[in-house]
Amino acid sequence: MSVPANLFYARSHEWARTEGDVVVVGISHYAQDQLGEVVYVELPDAGTGVDAGEELGTLESVKAVAEFVAPVAGEVMEVNERLADEPNLVNEDPYGEGWLVKISGSVEGDDLLGAEAYEHFLQEESH
Amino acid sequence: MHPWIGAGHDDRRNILNELGLDTVDALFSSIPAEVCVDLLDLANSQDEETVRRAMADMAGSNVNMGSRPCFLGAGVYRHIQPSVVDAVLSRAEFFTSYTPYQPEISQGTLQVIFEFQTLMCQLTGCDVSNASLYDGATSMVEAVLFSHRVLKGKRSRVVIAESVHPMYRQVLETYTGAIGLETVVVPPGDDGRMDPQRLADAAGNEACCVVVQSPSFLGTIEDLPAIAEATHDTGALAVQVVCEAVSMGLLAGGGHFGFDVVCGEAQSFGVSAGFGGPHLGFFACRDKLVRQMPGRLVGETVDEAGDRAFCLTLSTREQHIRRAKATSNICTNQGLIALAATVWLELLGGSGLRDLARSCLSRSEAVKRRIGGGWRLAYESSPTFNEFLLVGPVSGPEAIRQVAAQGVLAGVPSHTWGGSWPDGVLVAVTETNSVDDIDALIEALGRVS
Repeated sequence: MSVPANLFYARSHEWARTEGDVVVVGISHYAQDQLGEVVYVELPDAGTGVDAGEELGTLESVKAVAEFVAPVAGEVMEVNERLADEPNLVNEDPYGEGWLVKISGSVEGDDLLGAEAYEHFLQEESH
Repeated sequence: MHPWIGAGHDDRRNILNELGLDTVDALFSSIPAEVCVDLLDLANSQDEETVRRAMADMAGSNVNMGSRPCFLGAGVYRHIQPSVVDAVLSRAEFFTSYTPYQPEISQGTLQVIFEFQTLMCQLTGCDVSNASLYDGATSMVEAVLFSHRVLKGKRSRVVIAESVHPMYRQVLETYTGAIGLETVVVPPGDDGRMDPQRLADAAGNEACCVVVQSPSFLGTIEDLPAIAEATHDTGALAVQVVCEAVSMGLLAGGGHFGFDVVCGEAQSFGVSAGFGGPHLGFFACRDKLVRQMPGRLVGETVDEAGDRAFCLTLSTREQHIRRAKATSNICTNQGLIALAATVWLELLGGSGLRDLARSCLSRSEAVKRRIGGGWRLAYESSPTFNEFLLVGPVSGPEAIRQVAAQGVLAGVPSHTWGGSWPDGVLVAVTETNSVDDIDALIEALGRVS
Protein backbone atom coordinates (compact mmCIF):
# COMPACT_ATOMS: atom_id res chain seq x y z
CA MET A 1 0.00 0.00 0.00
CA SER A 2 1.36 3.35 -0.97
CA VAL A 3 1.32 6.01 1.78
CA PRO A 4 3.10 9.15 0.54
CA ALA A 5 5.08 10.90 3.28
CA ASN A 6 4.00 14.44 2.36
CA LEU A 7 0.29 13.93 3.11
CA PHE A 8 -1.92 13.91 6.18
CA TYR A 9 -4.47 11.16 6.73
CA ALA A 10 -7.82 10.77 8.48
CA ARG A 11 -8.73 7.58 10.29
CA SER A 12 -11.63 7.32 7.82
CA HIS A 13 -8.97 7.00 5.07
CA GLU A 14 -9.12 10.40 3.38
CA TRP A 15 -5.85 12.19 2.69
CA ALA A 16 -5.26 15.95 2.79
CA ARG A 17 -2.53 18.18 1.41
CA THR A 18 -2.17 21.95 1.71
CA GLU A 19 -1.77 23.60 -1.67
CA GLY A 20 -1.57 27.40 -1.42
CA ASP A 21 -4.67 28.50 0.49
CA VAL A 22 -6.68 25.31 -0.09
CA VAL A 23 -6.55 21.73 1.12
CA VAL A 24 -6.74 19.06 -1.57
CA VAL A 25 -8.65 15.97 -0.43
CA GLY A 26 -8.77 12.42 -1.78
CA ILE A 27 -8.96 8.87 -0.49
CA SER A 28 -5.96 6.70 0.27
CA HIS A 29 -4.58 3.88 -1.80
CA TYR A 30 -5.76 1.52 0.90
CA ALA A 31 -9.30 2.93 0.75
CA GLN A 32 -9.63 2.60 -3.02
CA ASP A 33 -8.24 -0.94 -2.81
CA GLN A 34 -10.85 -1.90 -0.20
CA LEU A 35 -13.63 -0.32 -2.22
CA GLY A 36 -12.78 -1.94 -5.55
CA GLU A 37 -13.44 -0.43 -8.96
CA VAL A 38 -15.16 2.93 -8.43
CA VAL A 39 -18.03 3.47 -10.88
CA TYR A 40 -19.59 6.66 -9.60
CA VAL A 41 -18.54 9.57 -7.42
CA GLU A 42 -21.07 11.90 -5.88
CA LEU A 43 -19.43 15.21 -5.03
CA PRO A 44 -20.74 18.21 -3.06
CA ASP A 45 -21.51 21.56 -4.69
CA ALA A 46 -18.77 24.15 -4.64
CA GLY A 47 -19.57 26.70 -1.95
CA THR A 48 -20.79 24.13 0.57
CA GLY A 49 -19.50 24.78 4.07
CA VAL A 50 -18.32 21.71 5.99
CA ASP A 51 -17.09 20.77 9.43
CA ALA A 52 -14.25 18.32 9.90
CA GLY A 53 -15.73 14.82 9.86
CA GLU A 54 -18.88 15.89 8.02
CA GLU A 55 -20.03 13.76 5.09
CA LEU A 56 -18.96 15.27 1.76
CA GLY A 57 -20.15 12.75 -0.78
CA THR A 58 -20.20 9.12 -1.78
CA LEU A 59 -18.02 6.72 -3.70
CA GLU A 60 -19.82 3.90 -5.39
CA SER A 61 -17.96 0.81 -6.49
CA VAL A 62 -19.23 -2.32 -8.18
CA LYS A 63 -19.72 -3.93 -4.80
CA ALA A 64 -20.31 -1.18 -2.24
CA VAL A 65 -21.04 2.45 -1.54
CA ALA A 66 -18.98 4.43 0.94
CA GLU A 67 -19.30 7.97 2.22
CA PHE A 68 -16.24 10.17 2.40
CA VAL A 69 -15.92 12.97 4.92
CA ALA A 70 -14.14 16.30 5.11
CA PRO A 71 -10.79 15.83 6.89
CA VAL A 72 -10.70 19.56 7.64
CA ALA A 73 -13.32 22.26 8.17
CA GLY A 74 -13.84 24.94 5.54
CA GLU A 75 -15.67 25.75 2.36
CA VAL A 76 -15.66 23.51 -0.71
CA MET A 77 -13.83 25.62 -3.29
CA GLU A 78 -13.60 23.19 -6.16
CA VAL A 79 -14.60 19.62 -7.01
CA ASN A 80 -12.90 17.24 -9.44
CA GLU A 81 -15.24 17.44 -12.44
CA ARG A 82 -13.26 14.80 -14.33
CA LEU A 83 -14.59 12.14 -11.99
CA ALA A 84 -18.06 12.42 -13.55
CA ASP A 85 -16.78 10.69 -16.66
CA GLU A 86 -13.68 8.99 -15.27
CA PRO A 87 -14.54 7.77 -11.76
CA ASN A 88 -11.82 5.12 -11.99
CA LEU A 89 -9.19 7.88 -11.63
CA VAL A 90 -9.82 7.32 -7.90
CA ASN A 91 -8.40 3.81 -8.34
CA GLU A 92 -5.70 4.56 -10.87
CA ASP A 93 -4.21 7.66 -9.27
CA PRO A 94 -5.70 8.17 -5.79
CA TYR A 95 -3.07 10.72 -4.75
CA GLY A 96 -3.01 12.63 -8.04
CA GLU A 97 -5.66 12.88 -10.77
CA GLY A 98 -8.14 11.03 -8.54
CA TRP A 99 -8.43 13.87 -5.99
CA LEU A 100 -12.01 14.63 -4.86
CA VAL A 101 -12.41 18.19 -3.56
CA LYS A 102 -10.51 21.28 -2.57
CA ILE A 103 -11.48 22.89 0.74
CA SER A 104 -10.49 26.36 1.92
CA GLY A 105 -8.04 26.54 4.81
CA SER A 106 -5.09 24.42 5.82
CA VAL A 107 -4.39 21.20 7.69
CA GLU A 108 -2.69 22.94 10.60
CA GLY A 109 -3.95 21.88 13.99
CA ASP A 110 -6.36 19.26 12.72
CA ASP A 111 -6.68 15.83 14.18
CA LEU A 112 -4.98 14.08 11.27
CA LEU A 113 -2.26 11.46 11.13
CA GLY A 114 1.15 11.79 9.53
CA ALA A 115 2.21 9.14 7.02
CA GLU A 116 4.05 7.04 9.59
CA ALA A 117 1.16 7.14 12.06
CA TYR A 118 -1.32 6.28 9.30
CA GLU A 119 0.77 3.28 8.24
CA HIS A 120 0.81 2.16 11.82
CA PHE A 121 -2.98 2.69 11.98
CA LEU A 122 -3.44 0.53 8.86
CA GLN A 123 -1.36 -2.24 10.37
CA GLU A 124 -3.46 -2.17 13.51
CA GLU A 125 -6.67 -2.19 11.50
CA SER A 126 -5.63 -5.27 9.58
CA HIS A 127 -5.07 -7.25 12.78
CA MET B 1 -48.96 -25.72 23.60
CA HIS B 2 -48.08 -27.50 20.42
CA PRO B 3 -46.18 -25.23 18.01
CA TRP B 4 -48.41 -25.75 14.99
CA ILE B 5 -51.67 -27.27 16.19
CA GLY B 6 -54.27 -24.61 17.02
CA ALA B 7 -55.06 -23.73 20.61
CA GLY B 8 -57.71 -25.98 22.19
CA HIS B 9 -60.26 -25.03 24.83
CA ASP B 10 -57.89 -25.64 27.75
CA ASP B 11 -55.09 -23.76 26.03
CA ARG B 12 -57.33 -20.73 25.59
CA ARG B 13 -58.40 -20.91 29.21
CA ASN B 14 -54.76 -21.00 30.28
CA ILE B 15 -53.79 -18.07 28.07
CA LEU B 16 -56.69 -15.98 29.37
CA ASN B 17 -55.87 -16.87 32.97
CA GLU B 18 -52.27 -15.92 32.41
CA LEU B 19 -53.38 -12.58 30.98
CA GLY B 20 -55.97 -12.02 33.66
CA LEU B 21 -58.82 -11.83 31.15
CA ASP B 22 -62.24 -13.47 31.19
CA THR B 23 -63.06 -13.82 27.50
CA VAL B 24 -61.37 -13.96 24.11
CA ASP B 25 -63.32 -10.82 23.16
CA ALA B 26 -61.61 -9.00 26.03
CA LEU B 27 -58.27 -9.97 24.48
CA PHE B 28 -59.22 -8.07 21.33
CA SER B 29 -60.87 -5.12 23.07
CA SER B 30 -58.23 -2.71 21.72
CA ILE B 31 -59.68 -3.04 18.20
CA PRO B 32 -62.03 -0.05 17.73
CA ALA B 33 -65.66 -1.18 17.77
CA GLU B 34 -66.48 0.75 14.61
CA VAL B 35 -64.19 -1.42 12.49
CA CYS B 36 -65.54 -4.70 13.87
CA VAL B 37 -68.21 -6.61 11.98
CA ASP B 38 -70.99 -7.56 14.32
CA LEU B 39 -73.45 -8.82 11.75
CA LEU B 40 -72.30 -12.38 11.18
CA ASP B 41 -75.34 -14.39 12.07
CA LEU B 42 -73.45 -17.66 12.48
CA ALA B 43 -74.02 -20.26 15.16
CA ASN B 44 -70.95 -21.71 16.87
CA SER B 45 -69.57 -25.12 15.89
CA GLN B 46 -71.08 -25.59 12.47
CA ASP B 47 -69.55 -27.75 9.76
CA GLU B 48 -67.48 -26.23 7.02
CA GLU B 49 -70.01 -26.68 4.22
CA THR B 50 -72.79 -25.01 6.20
CA VAL B 51 -70.60 -22.04 7.05
CA ARG B 52 -69.47 -21.72 3.45
CA ARG B 53 -73.05 -21.67 2.20
CA ALA B 54 -74.10 -19.10 4.80
CA MET B 55 -71.19 -16.87 3.87
CA ALA B 56 -71.98 -17.22 0.15
CA ASP B 57 -75.57 -16.15 0.83
CA MET B 58 -74.32 -13.09 2.69
CA ALA B 59 -71.81 -12.29 -0.06
CA GLY B 60 -74.67 -12.47 -2.56
CA SER B 61 -76.12 -9.29 -1.13
CA ASN B 62 -72.96 -7.37 -2.12
CA VAL B 63 -73.15 -5.21 -5.19
CA ASN B 64 -70.05 -5.57 -7.31
CA MET B 65 -68.81 -3.13 -9.91
CA GLY B 66 -69.61 -5.41 -12.83
CA SER B 67 -73.16 -6.25 -11.81
CA ARG B 68 -74.80 -2.95 -12.72
CA PRO B 69 -74.03 0.33 -14.50
CA CYS B 70 -70.99 1.58 -12.59
CA PHE B 71 -69.35 5.01 -12.75
CA LEU B 72 -67.10 4.66 -9.70
CA GLY B 73 -63.60 6.06 -10.00
CA ALA B 74 -61.79 8.48 -7.68
CA GLY B 75 -58.52 6.59 -7.87
CA VAL B 76 -59.65 3.10 -8.88
CA TYR B 77 -60.94 2.45 -12.37
CA ARG B 78 -62.72 -0.42 -14.05
CA HIS B 79 -61.29 -1.38 -17.44
CA ILE B 80 -61.47 -4.44 -19.65
CA GLN B 81 -59.76 -7.51 -18.25
CA PRO B 82 -58.91 -9.91 -21.06
CA SER B 83 -58.64 -13.54 -19.89
CA VAL B 84 -55.14 -13.87 -21.24
CA VAL B 85 -53.85 -11.61 -18.45
CA ASP B 86 -54.89 -14.04 -15.72
CA ALA B 87 -53.75 -16.99 -17.83
CA VAL B 88 -50.20 -15.65 -18.00
CA LEU B 89 -50.32 -14.48 -14.40
CA SER B 90 -51.29 -17.95 -13.19
CA ARG B 91 -48.30 -19.68 -14.73
CA ALA B 92 -46.38 -21.30 -11.89
CA GLU B 93 -43.06 -19.83 -13.08
CA PHE B 94 -44.41 -16.36 -12.38
CA PHE B 95 -46.98 -16.99 -9.69
CA THR B 96 -44.77 -18.74 -7.18
CA SER B 97 -41.75 -16.48 -7.43
CA TYR B 98 -41.02 -13.85 -4.87
CA THR B 99 -38.48 -11.08 -5.49
CA PRO B 100 -35.54 -13.17 -6.64
CA TYR B 101 -32.64 -13.19 -4.21
CA GLN B 102 -30.35 -14.66 -6.81
CA PRO B 103 -31.94 -12.42 -9.40
CA GLU B 104 -29.92 -13.16 -12.51
CA ILE B 105 -31.02 -16.78 -12.48
CA SER B 106 -34.63 -15.60 -12.96
CA GLN B 107 -34.24 -14.19 -16.46
CA GLY B 108 -37.98 -14.45 -17.20
CA THR B 109 -38.91 -12.38 -14.16
CA LEU B 110 -36.24 -9.80 -14.95
CA GLN B 111 -37.33 -9.59 -18.58
CA VAL B 112 -40.93 -8.84 -17.54
CA ILE B 113 -39.74 -6.11 -15.19
CA PHE B 114 -37.49 -4.67 -17.90
CA GLU B 115 -40.44 -4.56 -20.28
CA PHE B 116 -42.63 -2.96 -17.60
CA GLN B 117 -39.98 -0.28 -17.05
CA THR B 118 -39.73 0.31 -20.80
CA LEU B 119 -43.50 0.71 -21.11
CA MET B 120 -43.67 3.13 -18.19
CA CYS B 121 -40.89 5.25 -19.70
CA GLN B 122 -42.73 5.39 -23.01
CA LEU B 123 -45.96 6.43 -21.29
CA THR B 124 -44.57 8.94 -18.81
CA GLY B 125 -42.01 10.52 -21.12
CA CYS B 126 -39.34 9.93 -18.46
CA ASP B 127 -35.89 8.40 -19.02
CA VAL B 128 -35.96 5.71 -16.36
CA SER B 129 -38.63 3.79 -14.46
CA ASN B 130 -38.19 1.49 -11.49
CA ALA B 131 -39.54 -2.04 -11.22
CA SER B 132 -42.74 -0.73 -9.49
CA LEU B 133 -43.76 0.12 -5.94
CA TYR B 134 -46.67 -0.91 -3.75
CA ASP B 135 -49.32 1.56 -4.86
CA GLY B 136 -49.95 5.08 -6.08
CA ALA B 137 -49.90 6.67 -2.62
CA THR B 138 -46.57 5.16 -1.59
CA SER B 139 -45.03 5.96 -4.97
CA MET B 140 -46.01 9.61 -4.49
CA VAL B 141 -44.50 9.67 -1.02
CA GLU B 142 -41.33 8.13 -2.44
CA ALA B 143 -41.28 10.95 -5.01
CA VAL B 144 -41.38 13.51 -2.21
CA LEU B 145 -38.61 11.78 -0.24
CA PHE B 146 -36.65 11.48 -3.49
CA SER B 147 -36.93 15.23 -4.11
CA HIS B 148 -35.77 15.92 -0.59
CA ARG B 149 -32.69 13.73 -1.19
CA VAL B 150 -31.95 15.20 -4.61
CA LEU B 151 -31.78 18.67 -3.05
CA LYS B 152 -29.52 17.23 -0.35
CA GLY B 153 -32.03 17.62 2.45
CA LYS B 154 -31.69 21.40 2.37
CA ARG B 155 -35.32 22.15 1.49
CA SER B 156 -37.91 20.79 3.85
CA ARG B 157 -41.15 22.16 2.42
CA VAL B 158 -43.48 20.07 0.27
CA VAL B 159 -46.04 21.92 -1.85
CA ILE B 160 -48.92 19.73 -2.91
CA ALA B 161 -52.11 20.47 -4.82
CA GLU B 162 -55.26 19.85 -2.83
CA SER B 163 -56.56 18.12 -5.96
CA VAL B 164 -54.10 15.28 -5.44
CA HIS B 165 -56.09 12.28 -4.22
CA PRO B 166 -56.92 13.01 -0.54
CA MET B 167 -55.92 9.51 0.54
CA TYR B 168 -52.51 10.00 -1.07
CA ARG B 169 -52.14 13.20 0.91
CA GLN B 170 -53.04 11.32 4.08
CA VAL B 171 -50.26 8.82 3.43
CA LEU B 172 -47.90 11.71 2.77
CA GLU B 173 -48.80 13.28 6.13
CA THR B 174 -47.96 10.01 7.85
CA TYR B 175 -44.41 10.28 6.53
CA THR B 176 -43.77 14.00 6.60
CA GLY B 177 -44.99 14.32 10.17
CA ALA B 178 -42.44 11.72 11.19
CA ILE B 179 -39.42 13.14 9.38
CA GLY B 180 -39.94 16.86 9.89
CA LEU B 181 -41.06 17.94 6.41
CA GLU B 182 -43.61 20.75 6.22
CA THR B 183 -46.57 20.22 3.89
CA VAL B 184 -48.30 23.17 2.22
CA VAL B 185 -51.58 22.31 0.51
CA VAL B 186 -52.65 24.67 -2.29
CA PRO B 187 -56.35 24.60 -3.30
CA PRO B 188 -57.40 24.56 -6.95
CA GLY B 189 -58.90 27.65 -8.56
CA ASP B 190 -62.56 28.17 -9.47
CA ASP B 191 -61.97 26.21 -12.66
CA GLY B 192 -60.85 23.14 -10.69
CA ARG B 193 -57.29 23.52 -11.96
CA MET B 194 -54.06 24.54 -10.29
CA ASP B 195 -52.65 28.02 -10.81
CA PRO B 196 -48.92 27.55 -11.59
CA GLN B 197 -48.01 30.89 -10.02
CA ARG B 198 -49.88 30.10 -6.83
CA LEU B 199 -47.96 26.84 -6.54
CA ALA B 200 -44.68 28.65 -7.12
CA ASP B 201 -45.56 31.29 -4.51
CA ALA B 202 -46.26 28.57 -1.97
CA ALA B 203 -42.92 26.96 -2.82
CA GLY B 204 -40.90 30.16 -2.40
CA ASN B 205 -37.28 29.08 -2.32
CA GLU B 206 -37.84 26.53 0.43
CA ALA B 207 -39.72 23.69 -1.27
CA CYS B 208 -38.04 20.49 -2.44
CA CYS B 209 -40.95 19.67 -4.72
CA VAL B 210 -44.32 20.71 -6.08
CA VAL B 211 -46.74 17.81 -6.48
CA VAL B 212 -49.77 17.93 -8.76
CA GLN B 213 -52.10 15.23 -10.01
CA SER B 214 -53.21 15.26 -13.64
CA PRO B 215 -55.88 14.31 -14.42
CA SER B 216 -56.64 15.60 -10.94
CA PHE B 217 -58.88 14.12 -8.26
CA LEU B 218 -61.56 16.41 -9.73
CA GLY B 219 -60.91 15.02 -13.20
CA THR B 220 -59.42 18.22 -14.58
CA ILE B 221 -56.30 18.21 -16.74
CA GLU B 222 -53.54 20.47 -15.47
CA ASP B 223 -51.36 22.84 -17.51
CA LEU B 224 -48.25 20.70 -17.05
CA PRO B 225 -45.74 22.78 -19.07
CA ALA B 226 -46.62 25.96 -17.12
CA ILE B 227 -46.49 24.14 -13.78
CA ALA B 228 -43.11 22.58 -14.59
CA GLU B 229 -41.69 25.96 -15.56
CA ALA B 230 -43.06 27.84 -12.54
CA THR B 231 -41.85 25.07 -10.24
CA HIS B 232 -38.35 24.98 -11.69
CA ASP B 233 -38.08 28.75 -11.32
CA THR B 234 -38.27 28.18 -7.56
CA GLY B 235 -35.56 25.53 -7.65
CA ALA B 236 -37.96 22.76 -6.64
CA LEU B 237 -38.57 19.48 -8.44
CA ALA B 238 -41.85 18.99 -10.32
CA VAL B 239 -43.76 15.80 -9.53
CA GLN B 240 -46.78 14.58 -11.49
CA VAL B 241 -49.11 12.01 -9.94
CA VAL B 242 -51.32 9.93 -12.22
CA CYS B 243 -54.18 7.91 -10.72
CA GLU B 244 -55.95 6.99 -13.96
CA ALA B 245 -53.05 5.48 -15.90
CA VAL B 246 -55.13 4.90 -19.03
CA SER B 247 -55.15 8.69 -19.49
CA MET B 248 -51.51 8.36 -20.59
CA GLY B 249 -52.80 6.61 -23.72
CA LEU B 250 -53.92 10.05 -24.94
CA LEU B 251 -52.26 12.64 -22.71
CA ALA B 252 -48.49 12.98 -22.93
CA GLY B 253 -46.84 12.24 -19.58
CA GLY B 254 -45.18 14.99 -17.58
CA GLY B 255 -41.72 13.77 -18.57
CA HIS B 256 -42.33 15.37 -21.96
CA PHE B 257 -42.91 18.73 -20.27
CA GLY B 258 -39.91 18.76 -17.98
CA PHE B 259 -41.42 17.06 -14.93
CA ASP B 260 -38.68 15.46 -12.86
CA VAL B 261 -40.86 12.62 -11.60
CA VAL B 262 -44.02 11.02 -12.94
CA CYS B 263 -45.48 8.52 -10.51
CA GLY B 264 -48.77 7.07 -9.41
CA GLU B 265 -51.12 4.16 -9.74
CA ALA B 266 -51.20 1.74 -12.67
CA GLN B 267 -54.17 -0.33 -11.44
CA SER B 268 -56.03 0.78 -14.56
CA PHE B 269 -53.84 -1.49 -16.66
CA GLY B 270 -55.93 -4.62 -16.29
CA VAL B 271 -55.76 -4.97 -12.51
CA SER B 272 -58.95 -5.66 -10.54
CA ALA B 273 -60.31 -3.01 -8.24
CA GLY B 274 -60.23 -5.73 -5.59
CA PHE B 275 -60.97 -4.18 -2.23
CA GLY B 276 -58.50 -1.40 -2.87
CA GLY B 277 -55.53 -3.64 -3.59
CA PRO B 278 -53.16 -5.12 -4.34
CA HIS B 279 -52.56 -2.35 -6.83
CA LEU B 280 -49.49 -1.12 -8.64
CA GLY B 281 -47.34 1.90 -7.92
CA PHE B 282 -45.04 3.21 -10.62
CA PHE B 283 -42.17 5.70 -10.46
CA ALA B 284 -40.28 7.24 -13.37
CA CYS B 285 -37.77 10.09 -13.39
CA ARG B 286 -35.03 11.83 -15.29
CA ASP B 287 -31.89 9.84 -16.06
CA LYS B 288 -29.68 12.26 -14.19
CA LEU B 289 -31.46 11.59 -10.90
CA VAL B 290 -31.46 7.80 -11.12
CA ARG B 291 -29.08 7.30 -8.20
CA GLN B 292 -31.63 8.75 -5.82
CA MET B 293 -34.44 6.61 -7.23
CA PRO B 294 -36.17 4.24 -4.81
CA GLY B 295 -36.82 0.58 -5.49
CA ARG B 296 -35.46 -2.08 -7.79
CA LEU B 297 -34.18 -1.43 -11.25
CA VAL B 298 -33.56 -3.99 -13.99
CA GLY B 299 -31.02 -3.33 -16.72
CA GLU B 300 -30.12 -4.96 -19.98
CA THR B 301 -26.69 -6.47 -20.48
CA VAL B 302 -24.96 -9.37 -22.26
CA ASP B 303 -24.00 -12.70 -20.71
CA GLU B 304 -20.60 -14.35 -21.11
CA ALA B 305 -21.72 -15.87 -24.42
CA GLY B 306 -22.53 -12.38 -25.69
CA ASP B 307 -26.30 -12.95 -25.64
CA ARG B 308 -28.85 -10.43 -24.40
CA ALA B 309 -29.51 -10.83 -20.70
CA PHE B 310 -31.04 -8.89 -17.79
CA CYS B 311 -29.60 -7.97 -14.44
CA LEU B 312 -30.43 -5.90 -11.39
CA THR B 313 -28.83 -2.49 -11.86
CA LEU B 314 -27.61 0.13 -9.38
CA SER B 315 -28.33 -2.17 -6.45
CA THR B 316 -25.97 -0.14 -4.32
CA ARG B 317 -28.90 2.25 -3.73
CA GLU B 318 -30.77 -0.51 -2.01
CA GLN B 319 -31.15 -1.71 1.55
CA HIS B 320 -29.34 -5.03 1.29
CA ILE B 321 -26.15 -3.16 0.37
CA ARG B 322 -26.63 0.39 1.58
CA ARG B 323 -28.37 -0.40 4.86
CA ALA B 324 -29.67 2.69 6.67
CA LYS B 325 -28.52 4.98 3.86
CA ALA B 326 -30.53 3.22 1.15
CA THR B 327 -32.74 5.44 -1.01
CA SER B 328 -35.86 3.71 0.29
CA ASN B 329 -36.99 1.16 2.84
CA ILE B 330 -38.79 -0.57 0.00
CA CYS B 331 -36.51 -3.29 -1.36
CA THR B 332 -39.10 -5.25 -3.27
CA ASN B 333 -41.54 -4.50 -6.03
CA GLN B 334 -45.11 -5.40 -6.96
CA GLY B 335 -43.88 -8.11 -9.33
CA LEU B 336 -47.01 -10.08 -10.06
CA ILE B 337 -49.20 -7.02 -10.55
CA ALA B 338 -46.52 -5.40 -12.72
CA LEU B 339 -46.64 -8.58 -14.81
CA ALA B 340 -50.42 -8.21 -15.18
CA ALA B 341 -50.05 -4.59 -16.31
CA THR B 342 -47.25 -5.53 -18.71
CA VAL B 343 -49.28 -8.31 -20.34
CA TRP B 344 -52.31 -6.02 -20.54
CA LEU B 345 -50.34 -3.19 -22.18
CA GLU B 346 -48.52 -5.50 -24.58
CA LEU B 347 -51.80 -7.12 -25.55
CA LEU B 348 -53.28 -3.74 -26.43
CA GLY B 349 -50.16 -2.24 -27.95
CA GLY B 350 -49.65 1.47 -28.47
CA SER B 351 -52.51 1.98 -30.89
CA GLY B 352 -54.79 -0.25 -28.82
CA LEU B 353 -54.16 1.78 -25.69
CA ARG B 354 -54.77 4.99 -27.61
CA ASP B 355 -58.07 3.63 -28.96
CA LEU B 356 -59.10 2.50 -25.50
CA ALA B 357 -58.26 5.90 -24.00
CA ARG B 358 -60.15 7.62 -26.80
CA SER B 359 -63.15 5.43 -26.09
CA CYS B 360 -63.05 6.54 -22.44
CA LEU B 361 -62.81 10.18 -23.46
CA SER B 362 -65.63 10.07 -26.00
CA ARG B 363 -68.00 8.21 -23.64
CA SER B 364 -67.17 10.66 -20.89
CA GLU B 365 -67.85 13.61 -23.20
CA ALA B 366 -71.13 11.97 -24.24
CA VAL B 367 -72.23 11.87 -20.59
CA LYS B 368 -71.15 15.47 -20.04
CA ARG B 369 -73.18 16.64 -23.06
CA ARG B 370 -76.33 14.96 -21.78
CA ILE B 371 -76.22 16.36 -18.26
CA GLY B 372 -79.31 18.42 -17.48
CA GLY B 373 -82.33 18.69 -15.19
CA GLY B 374 -80.84 20.39 -12.16
CA TRP B 375 -77.38 18.93 -12.73
CA ARG B 376 -74.36 20.83 -13.98
CA LEU B 377 -70.64 20.37 -14.43
CA ALA B 378 -68.69 21.97 -11.59
CA TYR B 379 -65.95 23.02 -14.03
CA GLU B 380 -67.67 23.55 -17.36
CA SER B 381 -64.72 25.13 -19.15
CA SER B 382 -61.94 22.87 -17.89
CA PRO B 383 -60.73 19.92 -19.96
CA THR B 384 -61.16 16.46 -18.47
CA PHE B 385 -60.23 12.93 -19.52
CA ASN B 386 -62.78 10.40 -18.23
CA GLU B 387 -63.86 11.80 -14.89
CA PHE B 388 -65.63 14.97 -13.85
CA LEU B 389 -67.44 16.58 -10.93
CA LEU B 390 -71.20 16.93 -11.14
CA VAL B 391 -73.17 19.22 -8.88
CA GLY B 392 -76.89 18.58 -8.53
CA PRO B 393 -80.06 19.45 -6.69
CA VAL B 394 -79.04 17.48 -3.58
CA SER B 395 -75.80 16.65 -1.75
CA GLY B 396 -73.36 14.12 -3.23
CA PRO B 397 -74.12 11.27 -0.80
CA GLU B 398 -77.88 11.81 -1.14
CA ALA B 399 -77.68 11.82 -4.93
CA ILE B 400 -75.67 8.62 -4.92
CA ARG B 401 -78.19 6.99 -2.58
CA GLN B 402 -81.11 7.94 -4.83
CA VAL B 403 -79.34 6.82 -7.99
CA ALA B 404 -78.24 3.53 -6.36
CA ALA B 405 -81.88 2.87 -5.47
CA GLN B 406 -82.49 2.93 -9.22
CA GLY B 407 -79.80 0.31 -9.81
CA VAL B 408 -76.97 2.59 -10.92
CA LEU B 409 -73.66 3.33 -9.17
CA ALA B 410 -73.29 7.00 -10.06
CA GLY B 411 -69.82 7.68 -8.64
CA VAL B 412 -68.05 8.80 -5.50
CA PRO B 413 -69.20 11.72 -3.30
CA SER B 414 -66.68 14.51 -3.81
CA HIS B 415 -66.60 15.32 -0.09
CA THR B 416 -65.81 11.77 1.04
CA TRP B 417 -62.46 12.97 2.36
CA GLY B 418 -63.37 16.65 2.68
CA GLY B 419 -62.17 19.28 0.22
CA SER B 420 -62.61 22.95 -0.73
CA TRP B 421 -64.45 21.99 -3.92
CA PRO B 422 -68.25 21.80 -4.38
CA ASP B 423 -70.19 18.93 -2.81
CA GLY B 424 -71.24 16.68 -5.67
CA VAL B 425 -70.55 13.42 -7.44
CA LEU B 426 -67.31 12.41 -9.12
CA VAL B 427 -68.37 10.43 -12.18
CA ALA B 428 -65.85 8.20 -13.99
CA VAL B 429 -66.64 6.79 -17.42
CA THR B 430 -64.62 4.01 -19.06
CA GLU B 431 -64.84 1.78 -22.11
CA THR B 432 -66.68 -0.75 -19.93
CA ASN B 433 -69.70 1.58 -19.75
CA SER B 434 -72.16 0.68 -22.50
CA VAL B 435 -74.60 3.05 -24.15
CA ASP B 436 -77.30 1.41 -22.01
CA ASP B 437 -75.27 2.17 -18.87
CA ILE B 438 -75.01 5.81 -19.88
CA ASP B 439 -78.77 5.99 -20.63
CA ALA B 440 -79.47 4.46 -17.22
CA LEU B 441 -77.21 7.00 -15.47
CA ILE B 442 -78.76 9.99 -17.23
CA GLU B 443 -82.28 8.78 -16.49
CA ALA B 444 -81.51 8.02 -12.85
CA LEU B 445 -79.82 11.41 -12.32
CA GLY B 446 -82.87 13.07 -13.87
CA ARG B 447 -85.10 11.58 -11.18
CA VAL B 448 -82.99 12.84 -8.29
CA SER B 449 -84.78 15.48 -6.29
